[in-house]
Amino acid sequence: MSLLEVTNLGISFGGLRAVDEFNLTIEQGELYGLIGPNGAGKTTVFNMLTGIYQPTDGKIFLDGKDITGKKTAEINKAGIARTFQNIRLFGDQSVLDNVKIGLHNSFDYGTATGIFRLPKYFNVEKAMDEKALEILSVFGLDKEADVLASNLPYGKQRELEIARALATNPKLLLLDEPAAGMNPNETKDLMNTIALIRKEFGVTILLIEHDMKLVSGICEKLTVLNFGRVLSQGQTTDVLNDPEVIKAYLGE
Amino acid sequence: MGFLTYLVNGLSLGSVYALIALGYTMVYGIAKMLNFAHGDVIMIGAYVVFMCMSNSGMPAVVSIVISIVCCTALGMIIEKIAYKPLRKATNLAVLITAIGVSYFLQNMALMIFGSNPVSFTSVINWEGLSFADGALKITGNAIVTIITCVVIMIVLMWFVKNTKPGQAMRAVSEDKDAAVLMGINVNATISLTFAIGSGLAAIAGALLCSSYPSLTPYTGSMPGIKAFTAAVFGGIGSIPGALVGGLLLGIIEILARAYISSQLADAIVFAVLIIVLLVKPTGILGKQIKEKV
Amino acid sequence: MKKLNKSTQKLITTLAVIVVLYIVMSIMDGTGNLSSLMSGLLVPVCAYSLVAVGLNLCVGYLGELSLGHAGFMCVGAFTSAFFSKLFQDSIPDVPRFILALVIGTLMAALFGFLIAIPVLRLSGDYLAIVTLAFGEIIKNVINVLYVGVDSNGLHFSIKDQMSLGMEPTGKMLVNGAQGITGTPRQSTFTIAVLLLIIALIVTHNFVNSRTGRAVKAIRDNQIAAETVGLPVTKYKLVAFTISAAIAGVGGVLYAHNINSLTATTNNFGYNMSIMILVYVVLGGIGNFSGSVIAAVVLTMLPEMLRGLSTYRMLIYSIVLIVLMLFNWAPAILKWREEHGITTAAIVGKFKKTKEVR
Repeated sequence: MSLLEVTNLGISFGGLRAVDEFNLTIEQGELYGLIGPNGAGKTTVFNMLTGIYQPTDGKIFLDGKDITGKKTAEINKAGIARTFQNIRLFGDQSVLDNVKIGLHNSFDYGTATGIFRLPKYFNVEKAMDEKALEILSVFGLDKEADVLASNLPYGKQRELEIARALATNPKLLLLDEPAAGMNPNETKDLMNTIALIRKEFGVTILLIEHDMKLVSGICEKLTVLNFGRVLSQGQTTDVLNDPEVIKAYLGE
Repeated sequence: MGFLTYLVNGLSLGSVYALIALGYTMVYGIAKMLNFAHGDVIMIGAYVVFMCMSNSGMPAVVSIVISIVCCTALGMIIEKIAYKPLRKATNLAVLITAIGVSYFLQNMALMIFGSNPVSFTSVINWEGLSFADGALKITGNAIVTIITCVVIMIVLMWFVKNTKPGQAMRAVSEDKDAAVLMGINVNATISLTFAIGSGLAAIAGALLCSSYPSLTPYTGSMPGIKAFTAAVFGGIGSIPGALVGGLLLGIIEILARAYISSQLADAIVFAVLIIVLLVKPTGILGKQIKEKV
Repeated sequence: MKKLNKSTQKLITTLAVIVVLYIVMSIMDGTGNLSSLMSGLLVPVCAYSLVAVGLNLCVGYLGELSLGHAGFMCVGAFTSAFFSKLFQDSIPDVPRFILALVIGTLMAALFGFLIAIPVLRLSGDYLAIVTLAFGEIIKNVINVLYVGVDSNGLHFSIKDQMSLGMEPTGKMLVNGAQGITGTPRQSTFTIAVLLLIIALIVTHNFVNSRTGRAVKAIRDNQIAAETVGLPVTKYKLVAFTISAAIAGVGGVLYAHNINSLTATTNNFGYNMSIMILVYVVLGGIGNFSGSVIAAVVLTMLPEMLRGLSTYRMLIYSIVLIVLMLFNWAPAILKWREEHGITTAAIVGKFKKTKEVR
């Protein structure tokens, strides 16, 4: 069984058909790329996969379970986590707390336990701290655990967002332009990080990217979107040599 | 016949709410802020008319014109000093500042005019019409109020649709950043919106106090809140919505006052607001705005 | 974890200051060195502080402006006073007050919960206006409510005293616009301070707990909070309910400190909500200790400087506007940055002057 199975997904905003007949199958452990020109509907696909937009047509299956039309929080619990093109951190909280919020559903104590600081509060908080630091150390962010998230430099904010998403223990991680705004060196580091988290966390990744170098360097399979429709789909090398794709990217 | 009289009174009160609601809805549509002080501009406008008419003996029309000028200026000054610096700040900051301005206007009025109510002389000197041998009486106040409201509404809708500044207002309410790129002067447009809203508030103040002649520094705050309710009711940001919401709210209030309980009328109006927001958060004629992800 | 220590340290300092102030005030009151005016303000100040702490939880951590917290205070005040009055002769003082406190708090929480269900689907300005509407509804309803008790049990009416149809020996509990009179005056300064301390500890622990973090996450970025699996509505409800409950505690204190409890614009209406908001803004949004300090200073100061009281409301409004501009206007923030007048610098200066003294 495939990890993610999307069939005939489509969405309209008013009269505008933003995405149409979108099909996608991702196998367990794959690193999959979603590419396409600006406005092709890539982020819209992400928004549908994570329940931020309700698709007008089609079905989404995660691990064989129908998650179409579920609420965002439910979809996260089912196993999809994501990052955003325009970074969305909890800016007024520390780096550590950002990750601990990601760990929210993996650890449990009630509101009353927290208010009255029962022994369980201390035990669970300690375990959460340890786990959060463990995740942060993968990104080398553990030294900045006490820094306010909004005070981190841009590149580290992107990494923190990935760390937070990983903290929810997802089966599938969606990265929306993780290399946006990074210089070539940072992009290279990011490629290494993505490879590393794939190994460390055993997570399947779907990423949107403009940077062709990054895409061809790490993605095994690609889907190319153009004007809301799938232009080409398959193994990376095949897709990148597809005349249709070349035409769309380089013009006629 | 009693019911018809109530209905006309409700329409009249509703027209005033609609005029006030226009100020809220236009400012909300364009500056994306709730101008909490709008109700108090009405009160200031009413005091200006009162000072001109009762204290200086000017004719009603002149008094209203002076009041419109004063309120327009006041609205623009408030926008410039208190709101404009916060345009890029969080909503919460703007809202609290607006509450501060509202409180400031009330307490200024309290210091100048005192807390005792003054008796407002109606700006409309007409007995009105009477039908069915006097069983159904419609006051001149009610007729003039309703007609004024409808005329203003039509003029405003024409203005927004067909004039350059009106189109600029629509553009800014649609997308501020894009409007800037199209060469629209956003600051001037927002300023104009405040000017129009405050000018209408002056008219609303004069009409409101003509029907309810007891004027105090707190006169504006309740109608202001109710008019905002009306704006939300009709769908905030929509000019026809302000009319529909205002009229409905006025009728509900007068009928509740007549048939249920005069003391509970306000509670009923607010309960209606809560129910409307529960059932249709965007109001009757409003449209959904979603955050871009 | 350093941060946690810092906020805990601050809490301990605040509590220590409160205890010291409490001892000083109690001694002065006991030896007759406190004017009757000041001594009469001791409990109300604590009540206002409690409501401000509750509102600050809503404004600072939930990130939503409520203009109806006077309404929750009102619910707490009237339900607890009603209970105390009803069982005045049948339950001994101490357990009755404890029960009244519990009932007032729970009822305020219940109303907070019920109003939050529709309201929290909205946000920002809508939430502010609906909470305001709620506060007005509560006030209006209480003003037309008549409740009496006689040997046949309770009688209700929303018309007048006569229509209750009570036996002549019956007792009026709630008398319309005249409210509840003769509530046992059990709110002592000691109880008030104790409740305030508990509220400060509860709010501090709450915002630093798992739930509190989730609430702050929702405030900072709701969409991101949803994508990490937080049940947004649930936590908003929790925070709002606790916030209302704390305001209710303030109401219970307030009600058991006065002879005649009425619901007017000034004590439970819009004006009170605004006054509490001023405390919250002045003390610092998200800063619980600050709310208490602001409530204490702003209540005591005008009473001490008698001449100021005429201008009090005017000054409040100006302070509110100036403070908002000073702290939030991007242009002014930039100017402050350039001239080194940041919040940290101001706080630092205050600390220094304190040490010099």
